[in-house]
Amino acid sequence: MSLIDRIKQFLGFKAKPDKEAKADEGASKKEVKKVAEEKAKPRIGYIHLSGCTGDVISLSENYDILAELLTNMVDIVYGQTLVDNWEVPEMDLALVEGSVCLQDEHSLQELMEVREKAAMVCAFGSCSATGCFTRYSRGGQQAQPAHESFVPIADLVKVDCAIPGCPPTPEIIAKTVVALINGDMDYLQPMIDLAGYTEACGCDLQLKVVNQALCIACGTCAMSCQTRALDMTNGRPELNEDRCVKCGICYVQCPRSWWPEEQIKKDLGL
Amino acid sequence: MVLGTYKEIVSARATDKEIQNVSQDGGIVTGLLAYALDEKIIEGAVVAGPGEEFWKPEPMVAMTADEIIAAAGTKYTFSPNVMMLKKAVRQYGIEKLGTVAIPCQTMGIRKTQSYPFGVRFLADKIKLLVGIYCMENFPFASLQTFISEKMGIDPTLVEKMDIGKGKFWVYTQDDVFNIPLKETHGYEQDGCNVCLDYTCELADLATGSVGSPDGWSTVITRTEDGNSIFQQAVETGVFETKDMANVKPGLDLLEKLAAQKKDKNQKTIDKRKEMGLPVPY
Repeated sequence: MSLIDRIKQFLGFKAKPDKEAKADEGASKKEVKKVAEEKAKPRIGYIHLSGCTGDVISLSENYDILAELLTNMVDIVYGQTLVDNWEVPEMDLALVEGSVCLQDEHSLQELMEVREKAAMVCAFGSCSATGCFTRYSRGGQQAQPAHESFVPIADLVKVDCAIPGCPPTPEIIAKTVVALINGDMDYLQPMIDLAGYTEACGCDLQLKVVNQALCIACGTCAMSCQTRALDMTNGRPELNEDRCVKCGICYVQCPRSWWPEEQIKKDLGL
Repeated sequence: MVLGTYKEIVSARATDKEIQNVSQDGGIVTGLLAYALDEKIIEGAVVAGPGEEFWKPEPMVAMTADEIIAAAGTKYTFSPNVMMLKKAVRQYGIEKLGTVAIPCQTMGIRKTQSYPFGVRFLADKIKLLVGIYCMENFPFASLQTFISEKMGIDPTLVEKMDIGKGKFWVYTQDDVFNIPLKETHGYEQDGCNVCLDYTCELADLATGSVGSPDGWSTVITRTEDGNSIFQQAVETGVFETKDMANVKPGLDLLEKLAAQKKDKNQKTIDKRKEMGLPVPY
């Protein structure tokens, strides 16, 4: 079984049964094989700014594919604890975890340098994408009382795609990696669009869904909330602001925010 | 295609008398979820169960066929079933999950499966999604208006509600009441008016009364899994079926209503776009 097949099996999806998709899949398999043979593996850097490390832990929860992924499919060229390299090298993709602290010169410099050297910068996890719970920071704490202002990286550099989540699930990370390796831009389009979603809050449901006459009482937001800040009352989301970390997941998963119909039909074989 | 992608369409009903007695129409949802539980295709199902208030359903996790049967029948107001799926997996430890969903709920589930940004280890556990046809849904207070105000009935006496033949029906022990569907217009939730999906086009299989005779349902099988589970259930004798070509009012009515929803709501979408309001599709 090829690696891609195993990844698909792991993700619980079958390939679309029609001929076109099969041809595509064949082509992408060959592509992956070719890439592997030529050893022109995508060069990936992992940049850790102000976050809790949960995002990279979620990435590493892809036990089934991680060893193969890291050994045969990608080259990790930069990353604290992952690579013994203190100079930011040229890379194809930079995964940036954590928001950036405006009072931390080192973080600012690293982010700028990464933007220069990386073909693609991905805001990986909600801290990087929306600021997430670091949005609540007000400084005045040890060990760096001056560290007060934390913003999503898109406030400072151009971001090519975002994978929100607190943390993003192991599955979305694996699916994104597979899509990247296959050059499946259709699958990645929502991540590209989400790069612009930097001011997130549970109240987006009220502002952008209920206020816009779009809520249909499905409950997807309440299920998606990773901090149990949402409940459904009379068919509408009710936010407990004290629990909201501003990760944006409720609005991202809402079927009325953006709607990937073609991808869903492909995944279902419809 | 006005009915979405499908494998087969038949008219069917559950053969079990107990299910026939409690179900809305052909007992397809109840019969199929109970069958899937018995056959261990699923370990539990999220359904719209009875709530504390009369006719105000609450999502619940059913672990036995009896619990599924207790939740039978259509509820014409919100039951945010999707929010219960994660609980079913995390707190009930269900590895193979079934559920019943209207089209918008199905969209929420399918989007989560294709793009599980923040919902871990749920996508691959949903093994059976039974969809139901849906024209619109009502806030609970709208139902109260129909029943208490327009019909003048005590809601606690209501045994069944139904929509059909251009009317909204309410059954009590001794009586049948109705109001023309026109009188319900304007009471539906507005979010329904941009929905283009009548026949739950992304479910494993979808069902509803439209197109079939009283006591029967029209079943549309869609995915490989949905089709094979339904066929197994038919072969086992859980359901009896009739060819759609031989039943009245037949497929034409289903196609007509599906097209009506698409046409009407496409106009709403266009109008919203003109006004600069957001529309997800």
